[in-house]
Amino acid sequence: MSQEKQCQCAEVQEEELYPRLEEVIMEHRGKGQDLIMVLHKAQNLFGYLPKKAQEMVAEGLNVSLNEVYGVITFYNFFSTVPQGRNSVKVCLGTACYVRGSQEVLDKAQKELGIKVGGTTEDRRYSLDVVRCIGACGLAPAMLVNEDVYGRVKSPHLPDILAKYE
Amino acid sequence: MNLVRNHVLISIDAGTIMAGARAVEKALVDEINRQGLAGEIAVLETGSIGATGQGVVIVVYPEGLYYANVTPEDASEIVEEHLLKGRPVKRLIMTEMPRQQVIRKEKTGLLKEQARIVLRNSGVINPENIDEYIAEGGYEGIERAFTELKPAGVIKEIKDSGLVGRGGAAFTTAMKWDFASKAPGDPKYIICNADEGEPGTFKDRLILEGDPHKLIEGMMLAGYAVGAAKGFIYIRGEYALSIERLEKAITQARLYGLLGENILESGFSFDLAVMKGAGAYVCGEETALIESLEGKRGHPRNKPPYPVTEGLWGKPTVVNNVETLANVPEIIRNGAAWYRGYGTDKCPGTKVYTIIGNVATPGLIEAEMGTTLRDIIYEYAGGIKEGKKFKGALVGGAAGAFMGPEMLDAKMDFVNLKEYAAVLGSGAILVMDESTDIVGMLQSVLHFFKHESCGHCVPCRLGTKQLVEIVDRIAGGKGKVEDIESLVKISEVMRDTSFCPLGQSLNLPISSSLKYFRDEVYGRVQQPA
Amino acid sequence: MIKATINNVEIEALEGTSILWAAKKAGFTIPTLCNHPDLKPGGQCGICVVEIEGIPGLKRACMTPVGEGFKVKTHTPRIMATRRQLVELILSNHDTDCLTCVKNNNCELQQLASIVGINVHDYSRSGERLPIDRSSVSIVRDPNKCILCGRCIQVCSNVQTVDALAVNHRGFDTVITTAFDAGLGNSVCINCGQCVVHCPVGALYEKSATEEVWEALHDPDKFVVVQEAPAVRVMLGEEFGMPTGSLVSGKMHAALRRLGFDAVLETNFTADLTIMEEGTELIDRLTSGRNLPLITSCSPGWIKFMETYFHDMIPHMSTAKSPQQMFGALAKTYYAEVKGIDPGKIVSVSIMPCTAKKFECQRPEMNASGYRDVDYVLTTREIGRMMREAGLDVKEMPDEPPDDILGDYTGAATIFGATGGVMEAAVRSAYRLVTGKELENVEIKPVRGLQGIKEAEIDIDGTRVKVAVAHSCGQARKLLNKVQDQITKEGKSEYQFIEVMACPGGCVGGGGQSWGSNMAKRARRGESLYEEDRSLPLRRSHENPSVLALYEKFLEKPNSEKAHKLLHTHYYKRSTVDGKIKPAS
Repeated sequence: MSQEKQCQCAEVQEEELYPRLEEVIMEHRGKGQDLIMVLHKAQNLFGYLPKKAQEMVAEGLNVSLNEVYGVITFYNFFSTVPQGRNSVKVCLGTACYVRGSQEVLDKAQKELGIKVGGTTEDRRYSLDVVRCIGACGLAPAMLVNEDVYGRVKSPHLPDILAKYE
Repeated sequence: MNLVRNHVLISIDAGTIMAGARAVEKALVDEINRQGLAGEIAVLETGSIGATGQGVVIVVYPEGLYYANVTPEDASEIVEEHLLKGRPVKRLIMTEMPRQQVIRKEKTGLLKEQARIVLRNSGVINPENIDEYIAEGGYEGIERAFTELKPAGVIKEIKDSGLVGRGGAAFTTAMKWDFASKAPGDPKYIICNADEGEPGTFKDRLILEGDPHKLIEGMMLAGYAVGAAKGFIYIRGEYALSIERLEKAITQARLYGLLGENILESGFSFDLAVMKGAGAYVCGEETALIESLEGKRGHPRNKPPYPVTEGLWGKPTVVNNVETLANVPEIIRNGAAWYRGYGTDKCPGTKVYTIIGNVATPGLIEAEMGTTLRDIIYEYAGGIKEGKKFKGALVGGAAGAFMGPEMLDAKMDFVNLKEYAAVLGSGAILVMDESTDIVGMLQSVLHFFKHESCGHCVPCRLGTKQLVEIVDRIAGGKGKVEDIESLVKISEVMRDTSFCPLGQSLNLPISSSLKYFRDEVYGRVQQPA
Repeated sequence: MIKATINNVEIEALEGTSILWAAKKAGFTIPTLCNHPDLKPGGQCGICVVEIEGIPGLKRACMTPVGEGFKVKTHTPRIMATRRQLVELILSNHDTDCLTCVKNNNCELQQLASIVGINVHDYSRSGERLPIDRSSVSIVRDPNKCILCGRCIQVCSNVQTVDALAVNHRGFDTVITTAFDAGLGNSVCINCGQCVVHCPVGALYEKSATEEVWEALHDPDKFVVVQEAPAVRVMLGEEFGMPTGSLVSGKMHAALRRLGFDAVLETNFTADLTIMEEGTELIDRLTSGRNLPLITSCSPGWIKFMETYFHDMIPHMSTAKSPQQMFGALAKTYYAEVKGIDPGKIVSVSIMPCTAKKFECQRPEMNASGYRDVDYVLTTREIGRMMREAGLDVKEMPDEPPDDILGDYTGAATIFGATGGVMEAAVRSAYRLVTGKELENVEIKPVRGLQGIKEAEIDIDGTRVKVAVAHSCGQARKLLNKVQDQITKEGKSEYQFIEVMACPGGCVGGGGQSWGSNMAKRARRGESLYEEDRSLPLRRSHENPSVLALYEKFLEKPNSEKAHKLLHTHYYKRSTVDGKIKPAS
């Protein structure tokens, strides 16, 4: 299957999600204080926060677009670029850093051929760093989606990644 | 009611789920059913028991026997040998026991078991069942408050207990509540700061996952004391299981009439909402947290006014940390005098520590205030790993202070550590053995702060950037003596002029690293010709 | 009253006074960078830190109220060293190409560096160079110079409620940008330039047209006409070191003439004309009772704001063009005709206290003359630069009159530059139009001054007209919300006529004024305009002989078909996302 075809497919799916976002927004209409909550829900839907979704949230919650954008770019959790199907996050918290997580991260970048914050072309993986996931006892730790991997050494990486389609 | 012969507690937390706890649970239940023991043996989920890196952990009661690294394949052996025949499976018995349930009574020098305060129920009860919390004396505190103490009495009891906030700033809890109760303004709010972002700390998570009702009761008591009807739990977005359990617990409490209108006919109404954070370390600062709760960027506010007079939506607001609030029900239930039986005169009670780094058993412990660093490392955490030498510890989180071997016998409490220009902070202890590179540690700390600086004020935004460039230079062998001087100078300006504690606190790791490891740091820069 | 000492000088201050102001009263100016007298302190820079005896650490003077018995020190060795460090940190992330900066010699950071005595760079220049935002026709933003003091955001969000600029991203990557980093030209920015006049450094400035104007002036084939807005005559002197608000109408004409303009004309002339058109519109609406209140349309920042946030109010807007655009349409028609000049060779330049005028003259519909009605707009700052380059000093100029036939003006025109001025001028003429009698006392004091929304009830021979005046878009938003609410609930508003100016203080507070603005200066300039009004022989627009001649010879009468074609306009709905015109549905 060609890349192009895949992309169109993703876009079509995205279009279908907007009515659902509208439903979410309805529950919080005019409530600017719920912005972060609504953005969480929107990101759950799309996997990231497309421009159009940001505009809808701004209008629906009656906050300026700038405020929405300012909030999105402030918090680590929110992303404005499409995410891969699997989110790989390497912990760079102190405990993990000291136990060699930088090496794990370097290996992950090499293995996936992307930089931190990037998504692989086939949208299979996104790579990011986190600063402590509260699993310091397992340092160095990494997350793939909801799964926590502890005591990760760089040679483990290919096996871990291969588990996720 | 079933007469249950044995309880099998299975620890469910992020770590054990990863290790396959759900599969083990299913295998155990299947095997118990197959052997026809369903009515006699109950399998219960519990929160983290504070031991990490030991795979799936289960505890069999009444024996209180811990099994570690349990796999689904072990289920039939455990059920058949232990539960049916009463013969423990020796090969699975945990060797590195979590020491958290041991609290040291300094006065008698005796080890006192099951004397935990904050973590009393964590890992013991099923956190998803309100009845188990109630069976352990839960919600007795709020009853005593309603019937005997009344709001002023609650504040007085907390005042007499000497409880200080466990979030890092070490402010007297009763004073905060008193200010908020007297501040004009309505409604008032209670916020629980559960945005645990301090690297190396996961104590709040253990409470949230293991004993969510304790937090709920603590917040109710705070609300009752200050006259607030609404509470918010601002929780770290990544703590999925904590959020799930909290929400379950809140629903159950509502069902039991413990949250909502006119609780237990007391005339007091209180309800809770969980708010997911979105990943910003600075939101641990209470005014930044309030901004975030209002749906904005987490920039700290100027103080004064303090949140107790002008907080959420400009209304009087108490912001307390999870651990602080978890102390409250126990204090109210057992009384201030009981609480003062733990810890030191100036700092009563216990502290939950997260011990990580080069120790034999990393994990969480609860120890009395005044316990020495030596005891924490050698008595509770099993000493330094692989028999290596202790080099030092970073105590109090990323912006904490380094302590060298000469500090091993320092008594750990908020008051005492201040005299050594150190802090207890959030209770994170990162232990370093002799092989640890101190410049590498500083590098990690400074990179973390540069990443987490909110960008509002000049000293923090640009200071962290310069500090990172300098420490990277030193780590890369290209540093000069003047670079070390610049580290100190910049961090001092940050201490004096940063808008909030995030930037103010960075001087501590820098100055303390030079205090205890001066020669090592100076040895890393090019020597003047 | 609170008693305290500042550097051992005893002071008394009202409760709540900041240490910064208390110190100023005691004679000590504490250096600051992010602080601005008209804005709330944000505490970003930390430069103003002081020591207070008995209180550990350093405190920000801008946001610490002076307390009873405080013993404050403002320049101990520790404080001075700290300030130097902070300025060095700021410079580590600031383009220090001062000599080529538009703000050279007017930069608050430059001054601060000199005050605290920076003579070496200790820290390396860090961070990547970011692209300069040139997407707007009015305003340029250079993030490499931005020090993130937040003043621009405070005016944009709190004072103007436009919300074009915001703090985005975090930590060292923090930048002040528009949503999606799309650039000011692709945002809801109304081009008012309040961000520009509040910026302490060279991060925000007008998009300059001086090169183009020089070129026209040096082109012998071109006939370059110039018009000057009412407010410019009380601003231009400041560019040459004269006291704030110095009235320099005559000197301005002389300097422009010496700069090489072929005809020195007056926006004030078309201000009088605006009153004739808008006044007639008001009478029509009062008579018919439709689309009341009538709302003024002189301020292009306000127009774009209205098109974006209040486009439901379009029917209430006066269709009269702003004086600048009326002038433009007439310069290439009436003026060309009378003077026998090929309109294709006329270059029409306007000198404005405003950055939004640059946007207004480029609106596609502003071509009623068959040409671009106004070719170039220069701010007061730009014309000041051109005059200095030509060796002209306004201080030294003689007083000269403007040229005919678009040069005469009355006192009613000159007060257009201050908030409430258009209202006052309109009332002076409306009275005559309705009653046939002259208003005896032409000074309508309740609509003057810098308080928020001003209201007055005017008795026009038995008809009571309720008017309101708003300056700043924030106040306009409040007023318009009220009006909309009244119309929804009661079917009509209590007001019949509303004046809105986008900038606080009106045009004397515009985005094209000299650097270093504050409300006190705006007030002073406004007073000067009222002084000129008092000094002029004619103070009512309908008395302007050149305006009367224009109607007689060319336009027939106010709101005639020809007047409509040349002097009136229409408005669009704009998107709250990018400020672009929404396609008609």
